[in-house]
Amino acid sequence: MSGKGGGFMVTLSKDIIEITREQDVVTLRNRVKELAVKIGMSLLGQTKLITAASELVRNMLRYAGGGKVTLEVVLRDKVTGVQLTFADEGPGIADIRLAMQDGYSTGKSLGLGLPGTKRLVNEFSIQSEVGKGTTITVIRWKNGL
Amino acid sequence: MGSFLLVTIQVDLYDRLALNLETDLIRMVSETDARGVLIDISAVGLVDSFMGRILNNIATMSRIMDAETVVVGMQPAVAITLVELGLTLAGVHTALNVERGMELLHKRLGSDVREGGRFYGNSE
Amino acid sequence: MQSEVTKFLEKNKQSILTQWMTNLAEDHILREELMSNEKSRQQSEELLLAVLKVIASDNFKNTESQEHESVSDIISEVSIYRARQGFTPRETATYVLSLKQTLAEVLDKKFAGDARLLYESARELNQLLDSLSITTFETFIKGREEVIMRQTDEIGEISTPVIRVWEGVVALPIIGTLDSMRTQTVVEGLLQEIVATGSSIAILDISGVPAVDSLVAQHLIKTVSAARLMGAECIISGIRPEIAQTIVHLGIDLSSIKTKATLASALKLAFQMLNLEVRRGERK
Repeated sequence: MSGKGGGFMVTLSKDIIEITREQDVVTLRNRVKELAVKIGMSLLGQTKLITAASELVRNMLRYAGGGKVTLEVVLRDKVTGVQLTFADEGPGIADIRLAMQDGYSTGKSLGLGLPGTKRLVNEFSIQSEVGKGTTITVIRWKNGL
Repeated sequence: MGSFLLVTIQVDLYDRLALNLETDLIRMVSETDARGVLIDISAVGLVDSFMGRILNNIATMSRIMDAETVVVGMQPAVAITLVELGLTLAGVHTALNVERGMELLHKRLGSDVREGGRFYGNSE
Repeated sequence: MQSEVTKFLEKNKQSILTQWMTNLAEDHILREELMSNEKSRQQSEELLLAVLKVIASDNFKNTESQEHESVSDIISEVSIYRARQGFTPRETATYVLSLKQTLAEVLDKKFAGDARLLYESARELNQLLDSLSITTFETFIKGREEVIMRQTDEIGEISTPVIRVWEGVVALPIIGTLDSMRTQTVVEGLLQEIVATGSSIAILDISGVPAVDSLVAQHLIKTVSAARLMGAECIISGIRPEIAQTIVHLGIDLSSIKTKATLASALKLAFQMLNLEVRRGERK
């Protein structure tokens, strides 16, 4: 697998968590924290990543009733990072461009959602098909801003 | 005349727990006729938009019941993350620690209030 | 390459090395103050041997071969070493090119009678050494970039002192351009200091910031918001007239932030906010 930035990306470890209920959010946060600590991410980096994970998994529960999160430690250009993939089989997002605009939200939240989450990670990509589901992949590098 | 409520959150709350906190706390404000609510989150490593909304709700609900809410002890990493996320918790007062929070409440409410404490946390 | 040539070069490698070192000395690029002659000679010998190995190998044309790889590893090491020692790019490039020159001279002397052979050998040698100079160029720049990165880190660490100016008041004089990386260090340092000192007021002095564009302004606003969430107020001081002008021209809204022209007036405001009064004492 290769991403933007040109370099070749290698997966060092991989783990999958099924999300079906609220309590799984806590499990996920703990697993994400473990990985972030393991690769030596700063406290601020950890906090941003865990918060992003928390937001995304919450969306998954709210809109799709659950799904699967893949947690990976990845390596690219000699830098390690944590990559999280949130895949659900929910209703999907009709207009991704609209969903990525600040202030847009269909749920009963503060109307932050995806754009805010995107600011907490270094890489963010989203694929969605109405009726099929949504997959969001985020990466936070060890020394990322 | 009313007392202050002090809530110390010591675990990362998941949704149901946070909603319980909201309900319990508002009930307690009413029962004790509290004039001020201090929520100590110094042990909390993560505040996401849901948790942020709960804090805002508590502040707004308390205000309707004539009580002021102060969130105290937010960690730097949590604060930076919340700002990046776009949350500013405009409705809540903040203070560095419980002591400063008390000072703030006294300043806002005048000195005619007595203090009382309640604990909310791991016992859940 | 003709075995006649490779054998000759192999046999005469010591004298070629000596010749090369002499040429380097004549071109004044030995720079003994940066690197001892001993070390130069040792590096050059290693490089020369690797080059000769490539020439002698059957894989001469195959640039992916193990011999090619080992020579480019050596040249990379040499270039990085020289970059770190402070050699100029010209000196490092000339160093490699002077090997080409030396080999050409030596072959010229030996095979003067056989123009065809001389031409062939020179062409192949040129090809090899030219590709080595390109490697040198690349790695030299990489070496320099590493130095720059390290220095950037160092500057980032030393340039953000948070000063406790009064009980409950910290000040952060920001000097230099605020990019995203630096802002992160600055903001984290400030917020940690706020917690550590229990200060409810932080003064950010930007007199030393050359320009404020919308990105810098955004960083400042975020810092103020984060401090507010923790229960501390920020005052931004050191706003020069031209900065005030750009802020307005760019349409940046700083109205939610307390701003002062000088650090002194910011401190005065901090005292007011803390209900402190500074007075001249009566001398007895």
